[in-house]
Amino acid sequence: MADAVHIPDEAETRARWGAFAWTAENAEQAKKVIARYPAGRQQSAVMPLLDLAQRQVGAETQTNGWLPVPVMEYIADQLEMPYMRVYEVATFYTMYNLAPVGRYHVQVCGTTPCMLRGSDDVFSACKNKGLVKGGTTPDGLFTLSEVECLGACTNAPMVQINDDNFEDLTYDSMSAILDDLAAGKQPKIGPQIERQTSCPEGGPTTLKEMVSGNHDYRGEWA
Amino acid sequence: MSDVIAPLSDKDRIFTNVYGFQDWGIDAAMKRGDWDNTKKLLEIGQDEIIERIKASGLRGRGGAGFPTGMKWSFMPKESKDGRPSFLVINADESEPGSCKDREIVRHDPHKLIEGALIAGFAMRARAAYIYIRGEFIYEAKVLFAAVEQAYEKGFLGKNACGSGYDFDVFVHRGAGAYICGEETAQIESIEGKKGQPRLKPPFPAGAGLYGCPTTVNNVESIAVGPTILRRGSEWFSSFGRENNKGTKLFQISGHVNKPCVVEESMGISFKELIDRHCGGIRGGWDNLLAVIPGGSSVPLVPAAQIMDAPMDFDGLRALGSGLGTAAVIVMDKSTDIVRAISRLSYFYKHESCGQCTPCREGTGWMWRVMERLRSGDADISEIDMLQQVTKQVEGHTICALGDAAAWPIQGLIRHFRPEIERRINENKGSAPVMEAAE
Repeated sequence: MADAVHIPDEAETRARWGAFAWTAENAEQAKKVIARYPAGRQQSAVMPLLDLAQRQVGAETQTNGWLPVPVMEYIADQLEMPYMRVYEVATFYTMYNLAPVGRYHVQVCGTTPCMLRGSDDVFSACKNKGLVKGGTTPDGLFTLSEVECLGACTNAPMVQINDDNFEDLTYDSMSAILDDLAAGKQPKIGPQIERQTSCPEGGPTTLKEMVSGNHDYRGEWA
Repeated sequence: MSDVIAPLSDKDRIFTNVYGFQDWGIDAAMKRGDWDNTKKLLEIGQDEIIERIKASGLRGRGGAGFPTGMKWSFMPKESKDGRPSFLVINADESEPGSCKDREIVRHDPHKLIEGALIAGFAMRARAAYIYIRGEFIYEAKVLFAAVEQAYEKGFLGKNACGSGYDFDVFVHRGAGAYICGEETAQIESIEGKKGQPRLKPPFPAGAGLYGCPTTVNNVESIAVGPTILRRGSEWFSSFGRENNKGTKLFQISGHVNKPCVVEESMGISFKELIDRHCGGIRGGWDNLLAVIPGGSSVPLVPAAQIMDAPMDFDGLRALGSGLGTAAVIVMDKSTDIVRAISRLSYFYKHESCGQCTPCREGTGWMWRVMERLRSGDADISEIDMLQQVTKQVEGHTICALGDAAAWPIQGLIRHFRPEIERRINENKGSAPVMEAAE
């Protein structure tokens, strides 16, 4: 819910990012991405390239990354697109950060299925650790956002932190995750309770043979 | 009320690795039966594949329930002007409550990729683009790797599976926009634009991706194709009731004891689905308040009506709701029902693409009124006003997002008007409103 993002001063941004260019590795990757689309349709690559650029900015700033305007212009030039068309895309989709974020971007799902299972507790845990919605902690470690349904509803409530999902949360497990990250430790990804992905807690009600081995059911087809 | 639906046995489940107990990779998938002589399936022939999918009774699994075989048959049989055709596979799963495509993509990706080849071949497409939502980061990694594996084995690319047919599969990641699940918005997004739906006609089958004939199908609709061809149309249509055939991935979230994703026969009764797989309702069946049976876009159904209802397209439509993506959101009596629906209104406000005025302005307006109804800070007459506004949004927008924003509110007013009135009256009498602790 970055309703009113604080975008840094333009002169400052241009001074810092005006000379942005792909790293050798990302330049290779960008070529591969563009090759996925028909010749003359390179504009299709704008979304993957914005994502790639955000990751590169993140790596250079030790944060989860954002998209300074000169970086968007760099992509526009590469894809021979008007700058405006790239700004439009960057502002339309929520995953592009238009302002700097912290080392960890804590995206708590607040939509109804998560709300029913206790996303309020997850927000409380964040608040108790000093995280404020739409803001970054003073140490630059955490940015908290409330996001809309992330598609893990049977493992609600959940949070996505950078690239990782943490599911089946409680106040305590969310607090522990934030503590771990602050201490530089990697918390366990996925469900925070004893559970295999979206399988019912306590073990599957179907397809039990699959638990112990790669069962081939074709022999039972009649 | 419904025909008795026999329990689905494991041998008839299509997605056998749905929980990811086993490896998703191509070697393990082949041992489970994927990519098993796909060439032979392609030799069935393009028109015959479409006929068999039609005969299986498969209806689109993305929410609207349009017959899949018929959709494929709209594609041109030959290109008169040299334009290629495309298949777009919709993995932009963003509907609150839905989380089935995620399981297919991360645990059974080869069913999807093999299905893409078969569907693409049947509709004479040159390539498939799988549009996966941006937040599925891990899932997209799996999918990229799985497509690579299929190329390495020669199942995709030139002379796919030795069939003589050339077919490519590409993965395109979204970046966080619910609206890109709408087929023409998705096409815009693949073209590198804002995801704003197009006016129809022209329909995608005439002019879609890059102006070429395109069919957009849900992940599940595509991924069940190979199994239907292997086991026969009659096998698939032996499950479920007339006009609502087959098996389906159900996703049960909310106030059940054990939320889960599970494949069941279409038409299974709600009570049986919950008792068999989810360990019942939290606090027992008497504690059930209401259910949103098909993802956030369909109206809720009160406990008494849903209990024995068959979970399929027609059974739920008879209750004024819908199957949607079979994303079942269960709410028990501790739920602040007005808040639950108001949160959905906020979702639609957030996700409106801003193109059509009734939706852009209406979703925000409806959410603000819903928030006042939640605290009771409103007038009784505003309930009718809200109802009227939902009717003015519904059907007056390019895509169905306006309708999807209107229906949950209409369902709330239809079934829980006394609760809304109680809050308003109590607020008027300045008695404190007890808010449920969510």
